[in-house]
Amino acid sequence: MTRIFISKDIAALAVGANKTAARLEAEAKARGLAVEIVRTGSRGMYFLETLVEVETAGGRIGYGPVAAPDVASLFDAGFLAGGAHPLRIGRTEDHPFMARQNRLTFARCGIIDPTSLADYESLGGWRGLARAIEIGPAATIAEVLKSGLRGRGGAGFPTGIKWKTVADAPADRRYVVCNFDEGDSGTFADRMIVEGDPYALIEGMTICALAIGASKGYVYCRSEYPHAGKTFSEALGLARSAGYLGSNIKGSGLSFDIELRMGAGAYVCGEETSLLESLEGRRGIVRAKPPLPAHKGLFARPTVVNNVLSLVAIPTILEHGADFYASFGMGRSRGTMPLQIAGNVRFGGLFETAFGLTLGEIVEDIGGGTATGRPVRAVQCGGPLGAYFPPALFDTPFDYEAFAARDGLIGHGGLVVFDDTVEMAQMARFAMEFCAIESCGKCTPCRIGSTRGVEVVDKIMAGDRVSENLALLEDLCQTMKFGSLCALGGFAPYPVLSAMRHFPEDFSPRALAAE
Amino acid sequence: MVEAPGWDARRAREIIAEFSGVEGAMLPILHALQGEFGYVAEDATPVIAEALNLSRAEVHGVISFYHDFRHAPAGRHSLKLCRGEACQSMGSEALAQKFLAGRSLGWHETSADGSLTVDPVYCLGLCSSSPAALLDGEPIARLDLASLDEAVDEALAEAQA
Repeated sequence: MTRIFISKDIAALAVGANKTAARLEAEAKARGLAVEIVRTGSRGMYFLETLVEVETAGGRIGYGPVAAPDVASLFDAGFLAGGAHPLRIGRTEDHPFMARQNRLTFARCGIIDPTSLADYESLGGWRGLARAIEIGPAATIAEVLKSGLRGRGGAGFPTGIKWKTVADAPADRRYVVCNFDEGDSGTFADRMIVEGDPYALIEGMTICALAIGASKGYVYCRSEYPHAGKTFSEALGLARSAGYLGSNIKGSGLSFDIELRMGAGAYVCGEETSLLESLEGRRGIVRAKPPLPAHKGLFARPTVVNNVLSLVAIPTILEHGADFYASFGMGRSRGTMPLQIAGNVRFGGLFETAFGLTLGEIVEDIGGGTATGRPVRAVQCGGPLGAYFPPALFDTPFDYEAFAARDGLIGHGGLVVFDDTVEMAQMARFAMEFCAIESCGKCTPCRIGSTRGVEVVDKIMAGDRVSENLALLEDLCQTMKFGSLCALGGFAPYPVLSAMRHFPEDFSPRALAAE
Repeated sequence: MVEAPGWDARRAREIIAEFSGVEGAMLPILHALQGEFGYVAEDATPVIAEALNLSRAEVHGVISFYHDFRHAPAGRHSLKLCRGEACQSMGSEALAQKFLAGRSLGWHETSADGSLTVDPVYCLGLCSSSPAALLDGEPIARLDLASLDEAVDEALAEAQA
């Protein structure tokens, strides 16, 4: 019986993985060959999906991208024994895109059957939790602090400090809330890990619950991710039956359970206080801070709100120790970050690496330049509220502080590549339009400013008093940046200002007249 | 008063009652109602308000805040086309305009025969496989006009068969 691995990550399904799998099964049957097809998460090499891997004595040999019509030729080439074929990439781990990574958080993703508890346990699963139980809450928090882990949702706040604040806040009950409202365009790391290794999130949240003394956790999943929601819900049921959730988890005396809640298509609910409002059943309107959620969060109780990536990093930190995790990275950005290389790029996918690579290395060396083969003109870093970087800034190292120093942000680690056909005034307009559509409406700079922003960009694009309107747009951006209540209105100016600064030619009357 | 199409007030009350013990039950209730009927009818507002001890205005406020909740039934098939920046970098705006023009539809509109509703969506997490869409909840990616038309026509034909 030869085992074949095919991803069921939606990025594989979207390019026909189910058809490829069905054809493989039918072809094997017709040829009288015994195969077992295992559906896994994705390795993150989306340019190779549908990736088909075969288990051989020499490891898993990959072939990709395999469309259903390619299947017969794979059998003819003897792929079950790793035979030569134009689509053969060799051992998957040896592929240049994989070999250069530091897969800590995503170590199991794409290798295991996502909801198989046996697979999870066999590759180090629950060891972090076991150690947390052994050393107790205070030492667990100390470990997270020492690891230098910073919130991977975008704000980069030290996770250990947040946990300690919640643990120290007097309360009758506390909550762990996982922010799985991954709304930023160009990001998919949360989705990929939840689809590919959901128990890692359960383990991370359970460790957090133990550390802060919570008995209930919520995962807030965006409704645009129905498949991830289904996988996580299945994982919750299986973990509960196996005693990893519920009362007295594995005899530790710890009682904790997790409930999955689906959002309803509001980008702003990725903002933590808006998310809490939504969980409580109200409009996703941002709360003024203070009080911080760590003091008064869900149902006015002390609450840890952490991004998926922060929580899934926790089991590794506990299992291998803070020093191991902190040995990766640079400056105050410790550990690894799953870069999401997206958009118009040749080798798009998830690349987990220590902080410190330059933007140019990421886009040109790893990403291989644009998919269209045209020159790279701009890279938007950190989602729809992130700045556009021109190739002139490709020497910027991927690090929270280095990006901030150049008026950018790394956000959730998404990088969207554009070729030279992009019209930057149009992208600036879209940033304002998106902000207007998604604004919660609580504060004026965001609610009104975004609509006025669209109008002003329209005037500039129409050639109407261009220099005056550019000055007005700059002024409006400063007002939004400093006057908005949360990051939606506060950061929407980043793409606009960076487009104006780095691509002024797109806003000049001559360029606009040429259109 | 004429009852909205497909709406069953008694069934709606049953669904709402199922969530009586749930913390922050509003969104789960709305999702369950939309799952059952395809939309959240106006008639649901007073029932939810009573069950959760809220004003009708508060309930209406929640329903209208979230993009997902529909006030009227959608078409038999749903296409959610991504407008996120990653998809735009691969030409999704032009693709969407051509597709919509070809079907004489605008964003959020349903075709005259009630077969297809097209909505924009802001990121599906398929950003390395752009342009992308969800067709009846299933992902499709690396789209161009031909492959998008083919996928949609296939879905529409299945329903007639």
